[in-house]
Amino acid sequence: MGEINISKEVILGFVDGSVSVEAITLFAIVIGAIFVNNVVLSQFLGICPFLGVSSKVETSAGMGMAVTFVMALASIVTWSLQRFILVPFGIEYMQTIVFILVIAALVQMVEIVLKKVSPALYQALGIFLPLITTNCAVLGVAIIAVQKNFDLLTSVVYSASIAAGFALALILFAGIRERLEVEDVPQGMRGVPIALITAGLLAMAFMGFANVVPLP
Amino acid sequence: MSKLQLITKGIIKENPTFVLILGMCPTLGVTSSAINGMGMGVATMVVLIMSNMVISLIKGIVPDKVRIPAFIVVIASFVTIIEMLMKAYVPSLYASLGVFIPLIVVNCIILGRAEAFASKNGIFDSALDGIGIGLGFTLSLTAIGAVREMLGAGSIFGYTFAPDVMPLLFILAPGGFLVLGYLMVLFNKVAKR
Repeated sequence: MGEINISKEVILGFVDGSVSVEAITLFAIVIGAIFVNNVVLSQFLGICPFLGVSSKVETSAGMGMAVTFVMALASIVTWSLQRFILVPFGIEYMQTIVFILVIAALVQMVEIVLKKVSPALYQALGIFLPLITTNCAVLGVAIIAVQKNFDLLTSVVYSASIAAGFALALILFAGIRERLEVEDVPQGMRGVPIALITAGLLAMAFMGFANVVPLP
Repeated sequence: MSKLQLITKGIIKENPTFVLILGMCPTLGVTSSAINGMGMGVATMVVLIMSNMVISLIKGIVPDKVRIPAFIVVIASFVTIIEMLMKAYVPSLYASLGVFIPLIVVNCIILGRAEAFASKNGIFDSALDGIGIGLGFTLSLTAIGAVREMLGAGSIFGYTFAPDVMPLLFILAPGGFLVLGYLMVLFNKVAKR
């Protein structure tokens, strides 16, 4: 896991016993996943919705919430599948096929359940749910969490933090793009090129977070 | 459309990276060097050709309602095969592409071609379409990788020409976005004329 390098208070709390090793590790994972190793801006996962759904702040907030919900749920399901089915039966090579099918089914199920149980939430998230199956961040994070051998709690915290990082990047980016709309962008750079260059500048800003905590 | 056009259209007119803007995650994620970009492009091309052929074969059997899950299973099977082959024969490339190899499954280019082309055309045409789009993807990824490697590490395909003087930024994440953005501007200027 590398060296832990967080604030003085946390280390003092660790010394006098009020902060546990687990809490420090989880804290490092949360900060690392949201800022240092941001899923979009430094790991390049989920670029399609990042470029596609980021023209308005409200829609990106909705997308961010939907992704957080599905990612946390998917991490529980994929973790259990890996631990109780794929490994005991020695069929880890089926991982890609099993995970993508489970995620696709899960998204469908979440949509149906939400519609019945919480129509208000469904109204808010509904249109974004079908888009999530093609969001490679969900499958990517499920595979990474398994590769890192996290336990269930860490895996859920990690996935939720990654999703929070996704939402943060999406909302920030949407804010910038709303302003770009009214700017006079050169002809050839309109649309995706200027969006990519903006994302590059945003990624540079996020590089400032490097070495704040060790990467989980 | 002639057979030759099926192959050449993917390179300029329907270039998956610069015109259709599909499959952006691997495009940015693995192009820190020309060889990585090329490896990813070839792996994707092989999966695309195979899945296009199988899907055009099974298009009459699969009921319309379950076609997307069926296509995904076909694609995921070929991705698993490629993953095992790469792990066995090119372990260093396998290690540097990392999580992006299983993620070929969710590359929208492949499902997009399955839905838009292979599910409507014969096996031979579908294979040609896979070759064309796959070539376009491979060339784009190699180009982006080459530019990033030259600007960031001062080398090309591993041959160093300017060690330690280039800004590392281009190999890191922001460089990926910037190089792709500017190459897209260039492509729009040159190819769309």
